[in-house]
Amino acid sequence: MTPSSINWFKFAAPARFYPLAGRLWPWFAAIGTLLGLVGLWISFFVAPTDFQQGEGYRIIFIHVPASWMSMFIYCVMAFYALLGVTFNTRLAGMMSSALAPTGALFAFLSLWTGALWGKPMWGTWWVWDARLTSELILFFLYVGYIALTAAIDDPRRADKAGFIVSLVGVVNVPVIYFSVKWWNTLHQGASVSLTKAPSMATTMLLGMLIMALAFWAYTIAMALYRVRAIILERERNATWVAELPEMKS
Amino acid sequence: MNWGSTSDFLAMGGYGLYVWGSFGVTAAALLVEVILVRQRLRNTRRALRREISANRNSQD
Amino acid sequence: MNAFGSVLRRDLLLATRRKSEVLTALFFFMIVVSLFPLGIGPESAILRRIAPGVLWVAALLAAMLSLNRLFAGDYQDGTLEQLALSPTPLALLVGGKILAHWLTSGLPLVVLAPVLGLQFDLPAEALGVMMLSLLLGTPLLSLIGAIGAALTLGVRGGGVLLSLLVLPLYIPTLIFGAGAVEAYTAGLGAGANLSLLGALLALAVFFAPWAATAALRIALE
Repeated sequence: MTPSSINWFKFAAPARFYPLAGRLWPWFAAIGTLLGLVGLWISFFVAPTDFQQGEGYRIIFIHVPASWMSMFIYCVMAFYALLGVTFNTRLAGMMSSALAPTGALFAFLSLWTGALWGKPMWGTWWVWDARLTSELILFFLYVGYIALTAAIDDPRRADKAGFIVSLVGVVNVPVIYFSVKWWNTLHQGASVSLTKAPSMATTMLLGMLIMALAFWAYTIAMALYRVRAIILERERNATWVAELPEMKS
Repeated sequence: MNWGSTSDFLAMGGYGLYVWGSFGVTAAALLVEVILVRQRLRNTRRALRREISANRNSQD
Repeated sequence: MNAFGSVLRRDLLLATRRKSEVLTALFFFMIVVSLFPLGIGPESAILRRIAPGVLWVAALLAAMLSLNRLFAGDYQDGTLEQLALSPTPLALLVGGKILAHWLTSGLPLVVLAPVLGLQFDLPAEALGVMMLSLLLGTPLLSLIGAIGAALTLGVRGGGVLLSLLVLPLYIPTLIFGAGAVEAYTAGLGAGANLSLLGALLALAVFFAPWAATAALRIALE
């Protein structure tokens, strides 16, 4: 069960990565918490009341960063899929499946906060807008990935199937976005345009940026934290696992 | 400072339900994820520890 | 190219031996389409408005029904392993199987669609556009679906999983396909929608058999 000796990536071996992830994740968690607090402070105390939307607009300080993260995480998963396909490292599959639940969560949060923003602003919980619809489809893509990898018992096969799903998905995301936008213009009378957002003030942009960085650090921390559990589950028979200090008791 | 009082802060200019519904659910969801992963890691470790000590005992 | 033809012929022959499976998907398509007027009401103005969408959604669902057995039979009896070992590139053979799947499940829908469109009071020219959009779009359903079918091969709960994986990827096809008819009825012309469908089809012809082959190799390991 020892990993092959030819390893270009020094830490790509699960035995090396497990302790590394254990050392790194608290740092990212701390950065995430700190940035999150700064972001909350900006979004509630620094950013002034919007003259058009009142206090309700403060939702975008998490809505927009959550949407960004949900798309970004899908791209990172596809990047790991590419690594996994070309270099056949086991860690790529583990990282990919460690990221998926967090990505799905952010997609869900983007939809949830979008609905809560839409209700007071446009009077409906849901608008068939191109961006919201694409986000919903992205959420479905995450669910498909998670369901498929969970249904395959052999972890190596699950990883490889997941690679294909995320690569096919990432190729399709722009096509889906374009088609939904196209569909949206065809049915313009039926929906409300979201593009009439007020011109973004610098403080607003700063707040969203800091929140996005907080989510980013949180995602890294969660992925590293979760990948530790995945590594242990898969390497349960490896000798290095038995020699871990936390296994001796 | 935007808020005169705590109740002002909670009311969010009439949008309290929506704003706190968004921020609250986001915070809760992230917290739940952390708890679930911590449980997963803990359960895996416990099961592995049992397995490893069982193997040691059988070898002795 | 010879091997491509023989795989195609073999799959078509198998389909003629198992007529009931092909017919079931067809009747499913008809029943689903006929349910909508019963659920919505018989006003022809509304029916004419929803017809393209209903026909297209029913076509997606009917495609899901037949995708399961695209590779399943060959996987179980070991034919797939033989195909993988043959000197011809597997992607080409997979392409033959996909073409056979389209001929037995997609093409009948294209032929059937105008009859069902009449139920919805679609004018004759709109029926023509509908057929054209289905003719361009149903091969896409077979091509994209083949990737999903290969991925879920031998996986427990494969059927439901397949729809979960594939239906989101069908959305552009649905939008451009149904949009072609709607744009035509609105007087905008169906050209843009149809050319986009054609572009997607050209891309899928190149990439989908290749991705499906990669997925099959994983299942065969």
